[in-house]
Amino acid sequence: MIVREGSPFRGVGVIALKEAADHLTSARLHLIMGLVLLTAIGAVYGAIGRIKDTTAEDAYLFLKLFTVAREPLPSFAAFLGFLLPLVAIALGFDAINGEYNRRTMSRLLAQPIYRDAVLFGKFIGALLVIAIALLTLWLLMTGLGILFLGLPPTAADVVRSLAYLAATLACAGVWLALAIAFSAVIRSPATSALAALSVWLILTVFWGMIAPLLAGVIAPMDPLDPSTVLAQFEAQQSIARLSPQTLYAEITAILLDPAARSVGPFFMSQLQGALYGAPLPTMESALIIWPQLSALVAAMILLFTLAYVAFQRQEVRA
Amino acid sequence: MSEEFVIEAKGLAKQYGPHVAVDGIDLQVRAGEVIGLLGPNGAGKTTTILMLLGLTESTRGSVQILGKDPLRRPLEVKREVGYLPDSVGFYETMTGRENLTYMARLAAIPRGVVGERINSVLAAVHLLEVADRPVATYSRGMRQRLGISELLMRQCRIAILDEPTSGLDPQSTRELLDLIQKLSRGGMTILLSSHMLDVVQTVCHRIALFNKGRIGFFGTIEQLAAKIGGGTYVIDVEAEGIDLSALATTVEGVKNVMAVNGHWQCEAVRDVRPQLAQRIVAAGGALRNLDLRRARLDEAYGRYFREVHQ
Repeated sequence: MIVREGSPFRGVGVIALKEAADHLTSARLHLIMGLVLLTAIGAVYGAIGRIKDTTAEDAYLFLKLFTVAREPLPSFAAFLGFLLPLVAIALGFDAINGEYNRRTMSRLLAQPIYRDAVLFGKFIGALLVIAIALLTLWLLMTGLGILFLGLPPTAADVVRSLAYLAATLACAGVWLALAIAFSAVIRSPATSALAALSVWLILTVFWGMIAPLLAGVIAPMDPLDPSTVLAQFEAQQSIARLSPQTLYAEITAILLDPAARSVGPFFMSQLQGALYGAPLPTMESALIIWPQLSALVAAMILLFTLAYVAFQRQEVRA
Repeated sequence: MSEEFVIEAKGLAKQYGPHVAVDGIDLQVRAGEVIGLLGPNGAGKTTTILMLLGLTESTRGSVQILGKDPLRRPLEVKREVGYLPDSVGFYETMTGRENLTYMARLAAIPRGVVGERINSVLAAVHLLEVADRPVATYSRGMRQRLGISELLMRQCRIAILDEPTSGLDPQSTRELLDLIQKLSRGGMTILLSSHMLDVVQTVCHRIALFNKGRIGFFGTIEQLAAKIGGGTYVIDVEAEGIDLSALATTVEGVKNVMAVNGHWQCEAVRDVRPQLAQRIVAAGGALRNLDLRRARLDEAYGRYFREVHQ
């Protein structure tokens, strides 16, 4: 067995900072973040108008900024869930094959660093940019909320919205890892971008249609047996959760709505003793979405591992 | 490993599935030597370079760079070895200085000395004036020189250059070759892979001829010329009134005589000019010119591969 000298993380910081700087100054990121910013402001402005019109008093008014929609605009959370994968893909689709195409890979790997540092550095650099963008958006939301609603967020609001931010980052990490994995496997940046976008399209747009169809095949419904209705619903939910977007939507629903108590079917017996509409403590909400959050992190690690294995096994000739 | 050699490969081989890219090569290089790696495309030169750098794992055999195994101690080896690949790539939107700074940080060169060292190496390769321009605006020659400046900045003891002069104009080629010779005199060991035989002949002390994954010959150009049946010495003779092809073969040490463009070319194992002059005059011929030159690498190379393919 070969025991390597030195740390595999040597040079990660240098590469991550260079990647982050490249992304922050790239026209690609400016365009897509401009789009996110415009839609976010539009959604929040719509939400503020609707809250002012319809809500007299609410303990979690600040969180409603994220979830309330005013036709025809969807809510800020819905916008972010749709656009964030595109940001992550834009930052990762040419991470590895771009170095080959620029013919910088062999020169980069000839430096006293390991390949691990290149992959980790690129991932962390892009994730750092997404984190900065998300934090900026969050601060913008908070500022707009204070400005237009006149209410500062409570401590619980801040904790919930920051937890939502962390979950959003995990979701972006999944798409970033996927894009980097494609960039490690496919040599053409255009093809790897298309591959990542195809997966995004399937899991974001079509998965909601595919899941019921598959559930119908796996767990057919018997009109004379009510338990089969539940079985099919659970099968459909399990299949739907293969998409990171479903997991993210469930996390969003629980974290940003303290009154939400479940992401699956529940029975009247489970509501015994509960006060209808009473908010759940933040920790209780966190416990409900813990499996979804774990699944997102696990998916991110799995995809990153695939990218890692593919990259480590590659012959470097350019 | 012997203390004498800075690069030592023994039975080094690389196989990609059924395809044998490098088939058990031996290579021993001393400090300060400039070694030319020659051979047709696909002969195994680049794969050998990648194994020496530790960028690809050998299937069998061993390699030691400055006494260290590139696979077991890659970081230590990479600190000492610089690599300038064919068509060297840079980050186009970054300036030449920024490209060097990035590589300096990866090479963990102390921050306090980076700026000064970059200025000094950029001056050495005549790029100081354009150091703050994006690399996208650089010519190919400027890029090659920027690549060389990176090796200088890292103060490598060994440099591996893959086709460093390809696409360069004659002036840039001349400057680059001067720089290579200067580095060699300074003690840097250089492996130079190139198809440009005149370039190799100009700067290399020894050559390794790759053919089908093996090193068919490793030595000086004169040794190659001697090995393939010609001579170490090539003497151009201009004379009238005699048939040198019959006369010269009686001189001891002459291996071959050819008529080339109205004059004669003798290949010999030593300098036989006095004997040749004596025979020509004795035979009543008029001697116009007698010129000794080194064996030409392109001739020896061509003849070597003709013999190999036969």
